[in-house]
Amino acid sequence: MAANILKNRHVLGWLQAAPLALVLVGFLLAPIVMIVIVSFWGATEFSIYPAFLWDNYEFLFGSPVTYKVFWATFKYAFITWALTLSIGFTVAYFLAFHVRSLTVQIALFLICTIPFWTSNIIRMISWIPFLGRNGIANQTLISWGVIDEPLEWLLYSDFSVILAFVHLYTLFMVVPIFNTMMRIDKSLLEAARDNGASGFQTLVHVIVPLTKPGIMIGTIFVVTLVMGDFITVRFMSGSQRANVGRLISNDIALLQYPSAAATAVVLLCTVLIVIAILLRFVNIRKEL
Amino acid sequence: MAKPKVGYSRRSFLKTSGAAMAASTLPAPMLWAQETKDIVLRQFGTGVSNLNDVANKVKEDLGFTLEMTALDSDSVTQRAATQPDSFDIADIEYWICKKVWPTGNLQAMDTSKIANYDKIVGIFRDGKLTPESTIAQGTAPHTVGFVDGPGGTSFAETETGWMTLIPTIYNADTLGIRPDLIGRPIESWTELLNPEFKGKASILDISSIGIMDMAMVCEAMGEIQYGDKGNMTREEIDKTMAIFTEAKQNGQFRAFWKTFDESVNLMASGEVVIQSMWSPAITAVKSRGIDCVYQPLKEGYRSWGGGIGLSSSLSGMELDAAYDYINWYLSGWVGGYLMRQGYYSAVPETSKQFMSENEWGYWFEGKPATGDITSPTGDVLAKAGDVRDGGSFQERMGSVACWNAVMDENQYMVRKWNEFIAA
Repeated sequence: MAANILKNRHVLGWLQAAPLALVLVGFLLAPIVMIVIVSFWGATEFSIYPAFLWDNYEFLFGSPVTYKVFWATFKYAFITWALTLSIGFTVAYFLAFHVRSLTVQIALFLICTIPFWTSNIIRMISWIPFLGRNGIANQTLISWGVIDEPLEWLLYSDFSVILAFVHLYTLFMVVPIFNTMMRIDKSLLEAARDNGASGFQTLVHVIVPLTKPGIMIGTIFVVTLVMGDFITVRFMSGSQRANVGRLISNDIALLQYPSAAATAVVLLCTVLIVIAILLRFVNIRKEL
Repeated sequence: MAKPKVGYSRRSFLKTSGAAMAASTLPAPMLWAQETKDIVLRQFGTGVSNLNDVANKVKEDLGFTLEMTALDSDSVTQRAATQPDSFDIADIEYWICKKVWPTGNLQAMDTSKIANYDKIVGIFRDGKLTPESTIAQGTAPHTVGFVDGPGGTSFAETETGWMTLIPTIYNADTLGIRPDLIGRPIESWTELLNPEFKGKASILDISSIGIMDMAMVCEAMGEIQYGDKGNMTREEIDKTMAIFTEAKQNGQFRAFWKTFDESVNLMASGEVVIQSMWSPAITAVKSRGIDCVYQPLKEGYRSWGGGIGLSSSLSGMELDAAYDYINWYLSGWVGGYLMRQGYYSAVPETSKQFMSENEWGYWFEGKPATGDITSPTGDVLAKAGDVRDGGSFQERMGSVACWNAVMDENQYMVRKWNEFIAA
């Protein structure tokens, strides 16, 4: 009897799905539900109390700063995406189509991952002395005679924030794009060539369409990472710029948990909408 | 972590860890029976006074273990307010006390058990440094220093014999400058927003302290007349923020800093030439051989004070140990240690015994140094003939314009601050 139940494919299926489902419910769903609930609570200076208030959302949507900050978040995400995509695509293209030997390919690919052997924060902070007013970059440019005055915008600016983002997240573009490119049937490229396509035409009409799923996965990585980030923006802008993540982290530091939760809910919805839109372009599941 | 569990596990942990063994081998005066060495008091606070040297000295002098955790001001407030079981001793600032006391997480202390209570500086008792002093604006320590009785929840106006925090450390803060990069005298808080320093100024990103620095600047500029800088109205907050937001958008600030190290790096690297700063940060910049001055300004100082409070869950032998710790704290060794970093001790006369005449003269009396002045870590901070920025204790603490504060409109201010950072 017991053996029969276990053999039933429905029961077996449920059992197999149960561990993951439990993990997801406990560590993903429950916290999110909690955040949504808390976002309606009230806060005093040192405590939060259960209530059903729209205050947090009212303040959030009523403040012009919110819109500015969301705009800044999108701006960072878009520029970082465009840059990581062009660099990531180029690197992946080089690795996949220009390097012939598999050993060299793997070796070069591993070299790309070397920066990841150190912590995120260290990779980011190491830019600060480099870009500073009296930093290596400025000193070098001055000694070459390119500039007379140190460039102020190198550090604590949008430039430095985006530079750090690109540095941190380009690999997240390279990996999935490289992966899909490696699976493109080489005979397709030969066929394009035989039919008289130029290199550029092959790229646009064969390689790019076939690489779309990789591009999309990389895009999702980069966009979600950048939109959720707060520490890079804080350090690289010297606390001068803000994105939504910083808004949340400031609230948390000041014990305003409900307000932080409300911002988090809005950010979560925004990111989900962005991803939903992205997925309209490519059916990732079909391509995997 | 639940309290009873901690009490049990910390004891059993110590027995197995061998820390107890180490303690019993130290030639320390053992005032109590064997169990003293098993006591562990968990202290947390801002980095300024949470020093491992202090913990080591406690072990040596008193026999019990003091576990130190250093956090930033916001985290300290958060922890004191929300995790009462995670600490025995809270080393917090007076303005934090105003925020945290209503939670009931701290217990009042009986001043009759404090040996040096009578010698504590007037600022912390009746609010006056000397009988003629006027009391500065803001959360002056004596206004939140006393409650009516052991279970009191509201602050008393006069000395009642029940203290909320035992004052340990305090100082008068001002702007730090790089005289070598500025090249002219700086005399007023208004210089922070002087366009001359466009892109070379900084302010700290801790709302309750930053707002006070802002207020000092706005008042000095003559833009705003505050009723009480330490307790602004919404209108005053809006005006203050508007002035600074405009300056920020014009590129006045190079960066904002949140931690001690950030302020040191900004100054030492020359990114910033004028900024809000804390005294030991100046010391840290100087010890790198870079000229840095803690500039006294004509409008006065923004002052702050810290003290230690006891968790309301402390009782019995551990409470006794905590009182012993407090008495030890005020007995001079720590005071001397802190004063050599440029802070002041709550009972200066006991600290004097632990400082050389030269050190006492330089740090406290504002006299020219007669020899090298070194930091506790051995770096030379001043040479013979140098005088402390701002002069003597009376001169510095006597010209305090306001204390770090938490306002009635704190939540509004916090939101506005958040907007300012994001603007």
